[in-house]
Amino acid sequence: MLNATPRPIPADHEYLAECSVPARAGAGLNGQHVDDILSDDYKMGFFEVHAENYMGEGGLPHQALTQIRNNFPITVHGVGLSIGSERGLDEDHIERLAKVVDRYQPGIVSEHLAWSTHDNHYYNDLLPVPYDQATLDRVVSHIGQVQDRLKRPILLENPSTYVAFEQSTMSETDFITEIARRAGCGLLLDINNVFVSATNHKYSPEKYLSEFPLGHVGEIHLAGHAEDKDDDGETLLIDAHDRPVADEVWKLYQDVVTQMGPIPTLIEWDNDVPEWHILRREVKIAEAILDVVPEHPLLGERHASAAE
Amino acid sequence: MPARLSELSDEYNVTQDTFSSLLLDPELPCPKGLVSPSGKVDVKRFSVYRNNVVVGLTGAIADIFPAIQRLLGEEAFMSLARLFVADNPPTSPLMFQYGSGFAAFLEAFEPLKDYPYLGDVARIERLWLDCFHAADAEPIAPDALSAFPPESLGDLVFEPHPAACLFSSQYAAVSIFSANRQGASMEGINPAAPEDCLISRPDAQVDVRHIPQAATVFFQTLFDGQTLGEAANAASSQDPEFDISMAISTMLEAGVFTSCKLINEEPGSTGQ
Repeated sequence: MLNATPRPIPADHEYLAECSVPARAGAGLNGQHVDDILSDDYKMGFFEVHAENYMGEGGLPHQALTQIRNNFPITVHGVGLSIGSERGLDEDHIERLAKVVDRYQPGIVSEHLAWSTHDNHYYNDLLPVPYDQATLDRVVSHIGQVQDRLKRPILLENPSTYVAFEQSTMSETDFITEIARRAGCGLLLDINNVFVSATNHKYSPEKYLSEFPLGHVGEIHLAGHAEDKDDDGETLLIDAHDRPVADEVWKLYQDVVTQMGPIPTLIEWDNDVPEWHILRREVKIAEAILDVVPEHPLLGERHASAAE
Repeated sequence: MPARLSELSDEYNVTQDTFSSLLLDPELPCPKGLVSPSGKVDVKRFSVYRNNVVVGLTGAIADIFPAIQRLLGEEAFMSLARLFVADNPPTSPLMFQYGSGFAAFLEAFEPLKDYPYLGDVARIERLWLDCFHAADAEPIAPDALSAFPPESLGDLVFEPHPAACLFSSQYAAVSIFSANRQGASMEGINPAAPEDCLISRPDAQVDVRHIPQAATVFFQTLFDGQTLGEAANAASSQDPEFDISMAISTMLEAGVFTSCKLINEEPGSTGQ
């Protein structure tokens, strides 16, 4: 598996916990939970951090993450590389990411199929890209640039989107499949994003998942979404990360892991962050699902039979 | 006469130039070529991105400037933050570095001209966050000075801690900052009284302490690489009442320096 390759740990960054991420459930790390996490008898599989939050020089964030890292494997999730950028990647930012990765030895590094920086302005949001050949070539080249510097494959996350580009010439799943094939990267399957985008663009999430290259998936994300209406009064789901995972998303998750077998699964809840025990409850739901899925399902066969 | 197909398709190609130029101003139209399942340009859908960006950036400003938010009230603060972010989007993905122009923005904002101290309160909040994220280093031990013969103390020079800095205001910005960070009353604070502060991180917690102006001169002279004797002289000429023993105990408590040595000593033989 993509995530199961522990890297040698340099002598100045030794941690007590493993590097490799177990096929268990984990949570996004919020600074306010650190004391609760360390004193909790329940030890979840791993924690995920946003790379950019640890790009400062020192202080409390690094102290806290070092404590977490001594007790748990971690995954590093970048939100600022702007992989889909038309103007190329910021070399300085790749260096900053490499520094975080070297320092904390995460089992998985991931980023988004999106852009967030343009002309030296950072918009702090994951903005959409069209699915056409020029974008595909550019994203593949950018992922190569990052992987060459980090000397490891990254996982690329499928987006949640609210608009479609008329200029797109391929489906999102074809686009992502081609990226994984050409860039040699893994994929981070965000099942809430699948449900949000499928609802917003009126396609079947089951069909999307049947077309998604599950063999490349190294991690799953789950999160809550909000509901709104578009100009036509049609349901518009917003990827809000501010509430529990929806029942429909749990159902899709169950289907996916039944096909794939156990896989590192993250609960993202980074807006209106709840108390630790509430986030932990969500993680335990995912863990309970992972506990009962078969270890080595026949992916191809089940995959084919799941497609409707 | 219909345009040629290639022109049509170009017109509907949404570049990141187009997307970003329409992102920060809700008065502008939505990009052609971004559609809903019904094939129409959908304002509400594009507004999700506009809203995400504005909520994300104003939220970052609110996180960085809580004292300003308390002073202005949430509603007024968020309106101002929206104006600020629309004209000053971040230039880096490191959001903890955002907002360096917010102080000047507050000062230039005509309706706030009766509150001229707001800019300096915002500057202290920005420095607070720089201090929070600054590099780690061990401050000198409380008994570090006792390692030197008393007659040589005047020749000591000090290495500043990466998290330590000074700030001087024409207003009572330090007291106003502290009261609003602690949720305390502003009663008894004369906003027109100039104040200085030392910002440092003796342990993981940021410490903003009000210091006399002569102490600012003292620490600034040491930050500039001059000796303890020169710093004491500079501070005393600013204020004959300057209390050097108080300044030295502040220096040790607040972890302002990471090492000290006699000015003529070889590098490396520090007095820690």
